[in-house]
Amino acid sequence: MWVYILKRLLYALPIALSVTVISFMLVYLAPGDPLNAIAPADAPAEVIEALKSAYGLDKPVPVQYGLWVWRALHGDLGTSIASGRAVLTEVMGAVSNTFMLATIASLMGVCVGCVLGALAGYQRGSWIDKIATTLSVIGVSIPHYWLGLVLTIVFSITLGWLPAMGAGPGGSSEWVWDLEHLRFLVLPAVTLCVIPMGIITRTVRALVADMLEQEFVIALRARGLSSMAVFQHIAKNTAPTVLAVTGLQIGYLMGGSILVETVFAWPGTGFLLNTAIFQRDIPLLQGTLLVLCMIFVVLNLLVDIVQPLIDPRMGRA
Amino acid sequence: MPSVLKKMPSWLVALPLTLCLQTGLQAETVARYGISMADIPLTTGQPDRGAGAYQFTGHTLYDPLIAWEANISTRPGKLVPGLATAWKVDPKDSKKWLFTIRKGVKFHDGSDLKASAIVWNLDKVLADKSPQFDAKQSAQVRPRIPSIASYRVVDDYTVEITTKNVDALFPYQLPWFLIGSPAQWEKLGKDWSKVATQPSGTGPFKLDKLVPRERADLVKNAAYWDKTRIAKTDRIVLVPIPDAMTRANALLNGQVDIIETPPPDVLPQLKSSGFKLVTNVTPHVWPYHFSTYPGSPWTDIRVRKAANLAIDRSAIVKLLNGLATPAKGQLDSTSPWFGKPSFKIAYDLPAAKALMTQAGYSPSKPLKAKIIIAQGGTGQMLSLPMNEFIQQSLAEIGIQLEFEVVELENLYLHWRSGAKADMNGGKGITGINLGYVTADPFYALTRFVDSRYIAPNGVNWGGYNNPKMDSTLDTLRNNFDTKVQDALLAEVHQTMVDDALMLWVVHDVNPHALSPKVQEFVQAQHWFQDLTTIRMK
Repeated sequence: MWVYILKRLLYALPIALSVTVISFMLVYLAPGDPLNAIAPADAPAEVIEALKSAYGLDKPVPVQYGLWVWRALHGDLGTSIASGRAVLTEVMGAVSNTFMLATIASLMGVCVGCVLGALAGYQRGSWIDKIATTLSVIGVSIPHYWLGLVLTIVFSITLGWLPAMGAGPGGSSEWVWDLEHLRFLVLPAVTLCVIPMGIITRTVRALVADMLEQEFVIALRARGLSSMAVFQHIAKNTAPTVLAVTGLQIGYLMGGSILVETVFAWPGTGFLLNTAIFQRDIPLLQGTLLVLCMIFVVLNLLVDIVQPLIDPRMGRA
Repeated sequence: MPSVLKKMPSWLVALPLTLCLQTGLQAETVARYGISMADIPLTTGQPDRGAGAYQFTGHTLYDPLIAWEANISTRPGKLVPGLATAWKVDPKDSKKWLFTIRKGVKFHDGSDLKASAIVWNLDKVLADKSPQFDAKQSAQVRPRIPSIASYRVVDDYTVEITTKNVDALFPYQLPWFLIGSPAQWEKLGKDWSKVATQPSGTGPFKLDKLVPRERADLVKNAAYWDKTRIAKTDRIVLVPIPDAMTRANALLNGQVDIIETPPPDVLPQLKSSGFKLVTNVTPHVWPYHFSTYPGSPWTDIRVRKAANLAIDRSAIVKLLNGLATPAKGQLDSTSPWFGKPSFKIAYDLPAAKALMTQAGYSPSKPLKAKIIIAQGGTGQMLSLPMNEFIQQSLAEIGIQLEFEVVELENLYLHWRSGAKADMNGGKGITGINLGYVTADPFYALTRFVDSRYIAPNGVNWGGYNNPKMDSTLDTLRNNFDTKVQDALLAEVHQTMVDDALMLWVVHDVNPHALSPKVQEFVQAQHWFQDLTTIRMK
């Protein structure tokens, strides 16, 4: 088992290195000038040149990359060109807001998805299956942006039950876990959960339907095990795949949805990325991408490590 | 404590106190303002995010030496005394300006305003070797005060500023330059990032709280030096909501009381729900800026005039749900600098077709031109639908437009580089569509027509070079009589229109939507707005 974990950790290193290269270089592919984030549009050439020098943007790109990685290894992701604030502080604040949202959305998505998927798998061809399948197709196909707006119009504007935007009455810095603040989470979390819900429903349905055909299930039933006991075996066998899919989905959600966070003005990573992209705030963009990619790498690593604990065959393979 | 109070039960003492406190708290008036920016503009002194940001963290927290009158809506504002009570040119040397600094003004931190603070602030943005130099603030304001060559303290309440050349229009540059407290910077360990959260200016508001990207709370400065501009609301909460639909939803839901730029589609719903829409003449124009370099199809004035006559601007205003006014030139026709152009810009298709025929073009033998446009962004209004409208309109008179669509940030690069640059002229681009701020003589006129500002030295993008215009500008810069200045500026504008330097389409009206809780909001004819005028019910 330890060898397996060590191997996975070693595999993660080149991935992390590739992530730094891609995070750094990707932003240079887009047209535009990062100094637009700070200089007025009609800034004369000498002001632009002075700023390039002040922010080290006059150095060759490989040198900039080397300096960036070196600083990142020391926990310094630089300073946002636009705001002058430390990138790490900016990113970690946004990550914690998105983490809160993603956790709630994932829980909702996974719970509803597993229940719907299991019901559909057990009742293949029935109306339950049809409803669950329809819901899962809607979940993966519906545009987030549109759903967010519709939910806002219904529940905020028409009914006035929930707030339309923001992360609490005083902003995310004053967040407390009470009913008043949770109201702000409902609409963005429901909007975000539909995709994982759809994907997990489809995955669980397929797995359960497949398991039910397996000989070991027939053998379990022949031995007189109760339906609940059989279900426990099926659940255990489907868990590794569901876990892998869930890990990926949480990873996607942690990346924050630019559209959902923009619609709800939720100060998470998607909102931050949106700001950084439109302002060409290269240090902020690179730092955010790096942190998000590393979260994704770590999540996948965790899933890889947990899977063999549930299904020892994977570790042996 | 008096003995009588000591004998009373504690709750009996506490109750009236609590009630008084509660009444005091309830009495605080709060206006929540949904702004269209993705973050709170810089709070250290010189706001970033363009002219529209000055109303939020610029002229609220700080004051300039010379201010722009922004608390009047019925006419264009004018320059008024700010932290300088008077200013004059040295009669012996027209490049030297003497400013008398207002006495008795204190920064929010309690320190006194003196001439040395003005010079300290000039060093902050112009002297890159000074300890307080801040590259970020410098980048914001340096392009806006290009005339300053040097400066010095004359005495405690007099500052002398010397300009590079004689520049009678220099005072118009000063509303952009804001004065912060040197003492506060020292107190906070000379750290601008700390000043950002605890800024100290002399403005009508103080910053109470800053949550990046989420909110900034401005509280009334009851001790503000200009008693006519004491804020009418105790607290203004700025909430960045970049998405227009989300802003409208927040207003409809009651989470904010005022929003900038409501989406045109939501206007009927806002009006029917009792919300008020406020608009006004705004120094902005949405034009096509033509290249006049050899080889450009726009070198022929008949073609430029024909293009101006082929656009049904009222239809575009309708497309924008009324949130624009038709342009008759670079400036709104109510501007004192509009002049009396002989070329009347209006929708006149037969005249446009006749001009094109004279120039040798028709729908069957079209003139082809490539225009670079942005897909959207600040000042671009409904960029794509409006450009498609122009494309169809010009096709009717035999001008076939091809668009190069880029992001706004990329468009700025093309703009700064000028029409002659490889990225423009080299790719056949002969026009650029970029919303222009036209707030003062430099921003509205001179930067586009002065041959000394031909890009990349400035933003005379198309390379307009008219010796007569240059001569008028020289006269203007050497004339210190404001009435003569106004007449000369009108002449400049008149020539621009008569030369059909651009295809002028519409002016923005800077719309704001207000909840019924907002009793008063004076919208100035400017991008600078005075938030002290907001009064809540």
